[in-house]
Amino acid sequence: MIKKGTWVEVEETVLIPEDRATNIPDETKKTPLKSWTRGKCLSDSELGSEVKVETNIGRITKGTIVEIEPGYYHTYGKYVEEISNIGKQAREIIAK
Amino acid sequence: MSKYEKLMQRKNEIILKSIGIDYNKYETGKLSFDYEGLMKDVGYCLEEVKEIQKEVGVGNTPLIELKNITKLARKVSKTGHAARIFVKDESCNPSGSFKDRRASISVFDAMNRGYKGVGAATSGNYGAAVASQANIRGLKCIIANECFDSRKVGQPEILEKARKCEGFGAEVIRLSVGPELFYTYLKILENTGYYNASLYSSYGVAGVETLGYEIAEQCREKFGKDPEAVVITNAGGGNVTGTARGLIKAGALKTKIIGASVDLSGLHMASDIDFNKKSFTTGHTGFGIPFVTNPDRSDVPRSAARPLRYLDRYVTTTQGEVFWMTEILAQLEGLERGPAGNTSLVAAFAIAQEYEDDAIIIVQETEYTGAGKHLIPQLNFAKDNGIKVYVGDPKEQIPGENIVIPSHPSKVSVTDLDMEGLKNSYMKNAVNKLTENKAEQVDIEFLSLETKLSREKVVEILKQHNIEIC
Repeated sequence: MIKKGTWVEVEETVLIPEDRATNIPDETKKTPLKSWTRGKCLSDSELGSEVKVETNIGRITKGTIVEIEPGYYHTYGKYVEEISNIGKQAREIIAK
Repeated sequence: MSKYEKLMQRKNEIILKSIGIDYNKYETGKLSFDYEGLMKDVGYCLEEVKEIQKEVGVGNTPLIELKNITKLARKVSKTGHAARIFVKDESCNPSGSFKDRRASISVFDAMNRGYKGVGAATSGNYGAAVASQANIRGLKCIIANECFDSRKVGQPEILEKARKCEGFGAEVIRLSVGPELFYTYLKILENTGYYNASLYSSYGVAGVETLGYEIAEQCREKFGKDPEAVVITNAGGGNVTGTARGLIKAGALKTKIIGASVDLSGLHMASDIDFNKKSFTTGHTGFGIPFVTNPDRSDVPRSAARPLRYLDRYVTTTQGEVFWMTEILAQLEGLERGPAGNTSLVAAFAIAQEYEDDAIIIVQETEYTGAGKHLIPQLNFAKDNGIKVYVGDPKEQIPGENIVIPSHPSKVSVTDLDMEGLKNSYMKNAVNKLTENKAEQVDIEFLSLETKLSREKVVEILKQHNIEIC
C-alpha cells in the first residue's frame, strides 16, 4: 500500500499508436506515446493503480503508478579502455 | 480527425497566446517578413540585455587561451603552424551553459508580461536554464523532455537534464520518442497558461547577442584586434544567429562565422530505434541541416534563428572526435567540460591548422559536466546499445553503428558542408511555400539577405523554379 503523500512516478499514455503523427517511422508509429511525471500522490494507492498526483509546481495530474520514490540512477559506469591513451599520447607529442 | 490533428489545428492560436508576439504584422511580400523589425521589437537594446543578464549573474564569462591544445595543433599541422585557440567558458553561467543567456531574457519577458510560469520543450541545457531563471524571477516552470525510447531506456545526458530541472524545483514531463512532444507541450501551455520560452523567439536569440559582443570586446582588449574566426556549435540556429549578430553589433565585420555540428547522417530523429543509437542529443546535423534550410519549421511562425544569414562556413565532425577532444581538454588544459559543448572545440582544433600562428580562433562555448554528461557514461551507454567503440580512423565512422576514437591527433579533421547546396535547398523550401508562382521585389531582397546570395542569383534560381517576378 502506498500512503497518500508519497512521492511517486506515474505513467500516462498520451497517444495510442492509431492517434500518432503520420510522418514518423513505422517503428515509432507502432508504439504508444507515453509520458512519465513525478509528484506526491493525493490518496492511498497501490503500485500499478491509477492515482492523482500533485507535481512540483502544484499542478494536479493523474497516471498509473510505476515507481515509488523514483530517484536518479544515471552515473559514469565501467572503465572505458578506448580513452585510456588519449592524454598520455598528447602529452608525449607536445613534450617533443 | 485524430485528437492529435485536432489539437495541431489550434497550434498557432495556442502559441500566439503563450508568447505575446503578433507575427502577422511582420509579414511583407509573398514569402518575406521584416526580420530586423521583429528583432527590434524585442524592446531591449544590447545595453539593456547586458543589464538584465548582469542582474542574474549571466554572461561576462572568461576567455581562456588553450596553450597546450594550440601546441598540439601545431605539432600535427601540415604547415607546422596553427592559430591560437581560445575558449569562451560559458559553463560559468548559473546553470552551466550559454543557454542561460537566452533564458535570462525570455524569462524576464515572461515576468514583465505578467505570466505566472514559463514552459520549454527541450531535452537539453535550455530546460535547466529556464528553470534556474524562473526561480530568480519567482515564476513556476514546466519542462517537456523527450527522454526515453519505448523500452523506457533513457539517454544518460537527458536523464541528467531532467534531474537538474527537478533540482531547481521545476516539473518535468518525461516523454517517449516522437515529434508529438510538441503536441504534449501545446496541451501543457493551453492548460497552464504559461509563457512559451521558445528557443526560436526573438527574446532568446537577443540574449545570445551579448556572447558575440563580449568575444569582440575581450579580443580587442587582449590582442588589439578582432578574432579571425569564431566556431559555433549549430543545431536550431539560435547560437549562430545570436553570436553573429553580437559580433556584427560590435563592429567585428571581418570575423568569419563557422558553424559546427556532429555528423549524425543516416539516423532518423523520430525513430524509436535510432534514438538511443546516438551519443549527442543536440548540436548535430539532425537539427542543424533541417533548420538551416527551413528556419520557420520552428514552433513559432517566424524563427528568430536564421543561421544562413550569417554562416560563412559550416563543418561537421564525428562523435568519436568530440569525445577525444573532451578528454584532451581535461588532460591538457585541466578543464573538465561536457562533451556536447566541445563540438566546436574539436572543429577549431582542425580549422586552426589552416591559419598562421598569430591568428586567433575563438571556440564560443563550453557546458558543465557530471554524471550522464560525460564521455564515460556516454561510451558505456553506446556499447550497451550495440554501438561498436574502437580506436582508429574517424573517417570510418557510421552514425548508429560505431564510434571511432581518433588513434592520433593528426587524424582529427572536419568535413565542409556544401554551402551552395544548403542555400539552394533553402530556396527550394521557400519557393514551395508560395501559394501562386509569383514573387515580389521585397521577396527578392528578403531571400538575398536570408541566403547571402546576390539579388541576381536569387532571381536566377526563382526563374529556374518557374516563379514570376511581379
